[in-house]
Amino acid sequence: MQIAARAIKGWTILDLSGDIDLAHSPAMRKALLGEIKEKHTPKVFLNLKNVRYIDSSGIASLVEGLKASRDQGSRLILYGLSTSVREVMQLSRLQKIFEIYEDEEQALTS
Amino acid sequence: MDSSCGKCAFHSELLLKLQLESNPEALGLVRAAVERATEILHFPEEESRAIVRSVDEALANVICHAYQGKTGQPIEVTCRHLHRTQNDVCVSGIEIVLQDSGAPANPAELKGRSLDEVRPGGLGLHFMRQSMDEVVFSRKKGKNQLRLVKYLAPAAPAVAPEGE
Repeated sequence: MQIAARAIKGWTILDLSGDIDLAHSPAMRKALLGEIKEKHTPKVFLNLKNVRYIDSSGIASLVEGLKASRDQGSRLILYGLSTSVREVMQLSRLQKIFEIYEDEEQALTS
Repeated sequence: MDSSCGKCAFHSELLLKLQLESNPEALGLVRAAVERATEILHFPEEESRAIVRSVDEALANVICHAYQGKTGQPIEVTCRHLHRTQNDVCVSGIEIVLQDSGAPANPAELKGRSLDEVRPGGLGLHFMRQSMDEVVFSRKKGKNQLRLVKYLAPAAPAVAPEGE
């Protein structure tokens, strides 16, 4: 898995690619919580367009990020979910808990 | 319609046997191997993803819970092609058995958790039970064994076009 950060309008977009599994979810968790809890970024976007797979440890990290963002009064926004990632969100019954958009344009104007 | 494969009622063939060490980095390799096995057996893509997800979650549980994160511990993954007869129709499926020598599973942890509560963790078992036809935990000769089975839906009989 690879993570790259982009800054836009004082917000951060984390571009993720590859598989978010037990081996790689700790890196995503660290990047996500760093933006929310340490940098206090008001909006953090996760671009999941190039994520092929996410497991329950990845979902757990997203839930942790969501809770942290609510505590901080910031927003965590997901977009570009693949079929595989959408299936996992539905299985977890989390698709209505997260702010999810189709693409970057929609996410940035939300 | 003769739906016999010539191997039913109960029959299985070894597809794949992997001997691994507990290491999260090995998960991607196992996912790729299991995905290929499901493709060979002609599982639809959605079911293939569900089977791969179940095996991945099961392995992650072995690494995190049975071996408590300790690397280098033995895990065996065996995939078999199953055949069985159901209502005179031959049904094909995949059986994946995971075996480890870690700590016995805590029965309370095998119940899963309610999804009404939004919190991290505890989803892996839910994914397995949602996706697989059989999820059976057992302990034999000091080893944990998890048997996951998914059957292919029998093919619908061909329908002759009207007028023939």
